[in-house]
Amino acid sequence: MKRKLLYLSLLGVMLFSAFPLYFSFVVSTKDNSALADVSLIPGANLVSNIKRVFDTVPFDQAIINSLIVSSAVTASVVLFSTLAGFAFAKLHFRWRTGLLLAVVATMMVPTQLGIIPQFMLITELEWHDTLTAVIVPALVNAFGVFFMTQYLSEALPTELIEAGRVDGAASHRLFWHVVLPVARPAMAVLAMLTFLASWNDYLWPLVVLASPENQTVQVALSQLRAGYVTDYSLALTGTMLATIPLVIVFGALGKQLIGGIMQGAIKG
Amino acid sequence: MRTWLYKVDTRVSPYLYIAPFFLLFAVFGLWPLFYTAYVSLFDWSLLKDEHTFIGLQNYGEMFQDSYFWNALFNTVSILALSTIPQLLLSLLLAHLINRRLRLKTFWRLGMLLPNVTSVVAVAVIFSQLFGRDFGLINWTLEHLGLGRVDWQAGVLSSHIAISTMIIWQWAGYNALIFLAAMQAVPKELYESATLDGATEFQQLRQITIPSIRPTIIFVVMVSTIFGLQVFAQPQLFAGGGGGAALTGGSDRQFQTLTLYLYEHGFSRGFEFGYASSVAWVMFLVIVVFAFINYRLVRRIKK
Repeated sequence: MKRKLLYLSLLGVMLFSAFPLYFSFVVSTKDNSALADVSLIPGANLVSNIKRVFDTVPFDQAIINSLIVSSAVTASVVLFSTLAGFAFAKLHFRWRTGLLLAVVATMMVPTQLGIIPQFMLITELEWHDTLTAVIVPALVNAFGVFFMTQYLSEALPTELIEAGRVDGAASHRLFWHVVLPVARPAMAVLAMLTFLASWNDYLWPLVVLASPENQTVQVALSQLRAGYVTDYSLALTGTMLATIPLVIVFGALGKQLIGGIMQGAIKG
Repeated sequence: MRTWLYKVDTRVSPYLYIAPFFLLFAVFGLWPLFYTAYVSLFDWSLLKDEHTFIGLQNYGEMFQDSYFWNALFNTVSILALSTIPQLLLSLLLAHLINRRLRLKTFWRLGMLLPNVTSVVAVAVIFSQLFGRDFGLINWTLEHLGLGRVDWQAGVLSSHIAISTMIIWQWAGYNALIFLAAMQAVPKELYESATLDGATEFQQLRQITIPSIRPTIIFVVMVSTIFGLQVFAQPQLFAGGGGGAALTGGSDRQFQTLTLYLYEHGFSRGFEFGYASSVAWVMFLVIVVFAFINYRLVRRIKK
């Protein structure tokens, strides 16, 4: 009886999680004028709504832009975090503990509040309205460094590094031949988390990307919501187009993602 | 020669490897934060070439602007309405799945699903659900005979709608963080408590919560810091193009501090000086709230 109640409440939680997405999908399949009749059965207007999304905003270009930004950011974050993680986890240098503490502390700094000088800097560098403005500030972050440090200090046997040292291997050789193979699972998880965060980023791209052809998916989506009377069929079709690929990838790789989040948390 | 190179390598390489992070953080994180304080002392606009030093005038103007106090109130209200229920929900959820379960991964995936959705998507989805005329929630309320609510129009109702977006997106994620911490609590503690006849709720309160105290502190701090910077949800909830989106509703009933900053910094005449003073005050507000909340959760007994 108690067991049943438990599973029943878990089902309730699942419904709470998934229903808003399902309902949005239903709205995206209907004509906007038909939204007064609330129902849970999909309509027949999905294709025409998708066409309208591409007619209203340069959505294909936005997807390409987001793919460029997120891929570049992900590759860079994973590389630099693994390098730094290697150093913090296994190399000896002065102020190591202090610097690692500094990395952790920076996670708590609300850097978003520096947005005005950040914007001035981007303008000074003549990066305004270019994807570079979105990519460069995100090339590496504290979470990535901390995450890889945690992983490597456990998963990478110190003896392996020492053996390599005895053979006279330089640090970059150790990195390529010893660290990278061991780090691969954590790098994959970090790549997923980073790609997701970058794909979903909003305020900064909104501020620095002005022209429609330079916008990312999230900024393009926000344009669909604008207008005095929101066309929800249109807005939610765009939302679904931007969300469903992520949900599919999540279904395939979510287990590793959960593992990563929980692993980061234990020591975090 | 080789040994010399080797020495340089072991001495220098570590710093080289950690340098990218510190460089990038210095340039795009730390420096802008301090420079914000400097800019806030000027009459500084993107549209004017000259920047006049005006001391604390921007701050004086801000403290006399009732819209600023309104934004501060809204921000704190949304923070309270989202963080407190979310924490309780996350703890409860984590407690529910912290046991042997069938379909373990399925429940966890379901809980994390909302977090994959972008903040823009969440805002658009819930703006529809909370819509006055065709929203699902009002449709349901009406069928239950409770009558419609104009969610956007009211102060409390709009704050509830925005808080719901935040809770929906983050409750499951934080539950997984709590779950990770709960799994490290020794099982024997629960076994002996069960023998002593402690109910499940008593075990949650007296064993689980004190044991995962550091994690709770961490989650509360992070939720506070980010919760005070809420932007996309109120901006997109207003929709309405241009005007209402910047002001957080026609009566500024849900304009948050970040939205207020954005309104001054990036639309109305690009008042960088004034917006910087807003940012700096927000920084202080965040420090104060983080400190208060730290003190509050630290009082959980060990």
